[in-house]
Amino acid sequence: MLIESIIFYFFAAVTVLSAASVVTVRNPVHAALFLVLTFFSSAFIWMMLEAEFLAITLVLVYVGAVMVLFLFVVMMLDINIARLREGFIKFLPVGILLALVMFGMLFYVLTGDQSAVESMAAPAAKAADFSNTRALGQVLYTEYVFAFEIAAVILLVAIIAAIALTLRRRTDTRYQNPSQQMKVQKKDRLRIIKMEAEK
Amino acid sequence: MTSFMQPNLLPALPEMVMLAMACLVLVVDLFLPQQKRGFTVLLSVLTLALVSWATLFTAPAAGAVITTFGGSFIVDSLAVTLKLAVYLVTFLVFVYSRDYLKDLDIYKGEYYVLGLFAVLGMMIMISAHSFLLLYLGLELLSLSLYAMIAFNRDSVSSSEAAMKYFVLGALASGLLLYGISIFYGISGTLDLTALSLVIKEQASTNPVMLAFALTFIVVGLSFKLGAVPFHMWLPDVYQGSPTSVTLFIGSAPKIAGFAMAIRLLIDGLAGLQIDWSMMLMMLAVASMALGNVVAIVQTNFKRMLAYSTISHVGFIMLGLLAATQTGLSSAMFYTLTYAITSSVAFGVLMLINCKGFNAQEIADLKGLNDTHPWYAALLAIALFSMAGVPPTVGFYAKLVVINAVIQVDMVWLGLVAVLLSVIGLYYYLRVVKVMYFDKPEDGQAITVKDALDVKILLSANSLSLILLGLFPSFLMAWCIAAFA
Repeated sequence: MLIESIIFYFFAAVTVLSAASVVTVRNPVHAALFLVLTFFSSAFIWMMLEAEFLAITLVLVYVGAVMVLFLFVVMMLDINIARLREGFIKFLPVGILLALVMFGMLFYVLTGDQSAVESMAAPAAKAADFSNTRALGQVLYTEYVFAFEIAAVILLVAIIAAIALTLRRRTDTRYQNPSQQMKVQKKDRLRIIKMEAEK
Repeated sequence: MTSFMQPNLLPALPEMVMLAMACLVLVVDLFLPQQKRGFTVLLSVLTLALVSWATLFTAPAAGAVITTFGGSFIVDSLAVTLKLAVYLVTFLVFVYSRDYLKDLDIYKGEYYVLGLFAVLGMMIMISAHSFLLLYLGLELLSLSLYAMIAFNRDSVSSSEAAMKYFVLGALASGLLLYGISIFYGISGTLDLTALSLVIKEQASTNPVMLAFALTFIVVGLSFKLGAVPFHMWLPDVYQGSPTSVTLFIGSAPKIAGFAMAIRLLIDGLAGLQIDWSMMLMMLAVASMALGNVVAIVQTNFKRMLAYSTISHVGFIMLGLLAATQTGLSSAMFYTLTYAITSSVAFGVLMLINCKGFNAQEIADLKGLNDTHPWYAALLAIALFSMAGVPPTVGFYAKLVVINAVIQVDMVWLGLVAVLLSVIGLYYYLRVVKVMYFDKPEDGQAITVKDALDVKILLSANSLSLILLGLFPSFLMAWCIAAFA
């Protein structure tokens, strides 16, 4: 149990610190890399919850695909960091105050006399041959089929929105229309003019 | 997992029809040339009609409740009534928007497709009976709305509004999810019925943890509804969006938001009613006070209506916090009539052009009565209804809500509501004064996009406010039946 606690607190600390770094570091590439670290350490925490499938998906999909694309975009854009930081100092005191109030209240509730976190029983550990992926697969298309379909619709809307907001048809581009080119006839291209011979 | 039973799919027929038709509209629209865009509008309206039929076809008998998908999807008379109201309001939005979109050169099929997907999100929210579906419906609705706000790509203020709405909406979703996850940790279930049983059990043994989770749920809910102090996004979004989208945001999603509040607070968390009534009371008083007072100093008509929305949300919360059958049905009556009323206000505003631009400022409406007395009258009726002047429906809605609060022995709250709506009267009447008694400035030519179908629909919409005010009983009967 002690080793588990140590591992948990280690990865929890890494998650929190790297998440904080994402918003505080100056270089956007570093921020993206810190986000990768955040995902990695949260994947470890999921692993400790015996959610292997989610942990692996997080690494494969988010770290492997999404963040790489994100890094591409960050490297290609010329982001003016100084302008992004203009409001940072101005709103810092208010932000710190709010964070402290939130922290104080959470601390009071979670560690106070009536704290319920300890009183709740820890879930029983699954047997070694329990397959997380199998369990998910069995409910995903059966019990949660409606929710699953809606999640798909949300992705569809995201695609429609992205295309509707970014697609620009340029009217000044010149392009060929092969079917029109095929239908061309001699009279379209060649004009025979009868004129008086030069004297 | 051999015990899986094929769920009954029929209750979800409206959602399925909606999804299929939205995809159909999306594909058909691709092959239409710009001058035939009207066909997309027609098809979208037809979709709403078809879905209304499906909703009525699958509606349960009076008082009966159908659940499916393992109890996570529910169809009761509340769901049927609210869904029909959403279709009606969306129909109005689609028709009113047409000429405005043409004017702004954003008359595209995607506007209607995204609108239909937003309606699908609202339908799911209304019928959701588990945290999971509720959240997914909310995200579907929000995502469609973000895109619709940013639809006018060349407008800086629209992009800014979309960005603000997106960031704050994501924050609100995060808070809501945090609350949901704590409830899941306590109860081990996402289903609202199962959750309510667990809460009944633990209400006395585990009060701090439950209240802790509840706080996040209420905060997330208030963000989405736009109650003070979680209202910051609302004025900017209302002002920055194209008016057609402001009309949409200001009407139909309020109905879905009301449904979300009912599903969460009444269906799921009824055991914590003492706690959330207290929270809603503070939110309601703050919303009514700030909304009504700050609206006085606004010069932009859309921004003024945004603050007025905040105060109306306060009124809806008054009905919710009473949590009696009278309270809930009066809050529902208030929500439905407010959605209809704001359709008129934004609908008229969209038609008015001042100096060749779409009217936004209150000053743009100067002398509207001299040039277009009929439209001035329609807008005046909507404003009177928002202010709560009899015989419009706004008066009756305010009356039943205040009555519900007094019935649960909170007379002082009723008094506060009355006093604050008297303050609100000032800024609504100021707009009426500008329309009727101010003379237009030099060179301020007001033109109105005059289309016969829009005119007929707007007139019917506006006159229905008086009709509902005189004969509120049939709509009220529906609202009471929804909470029987």
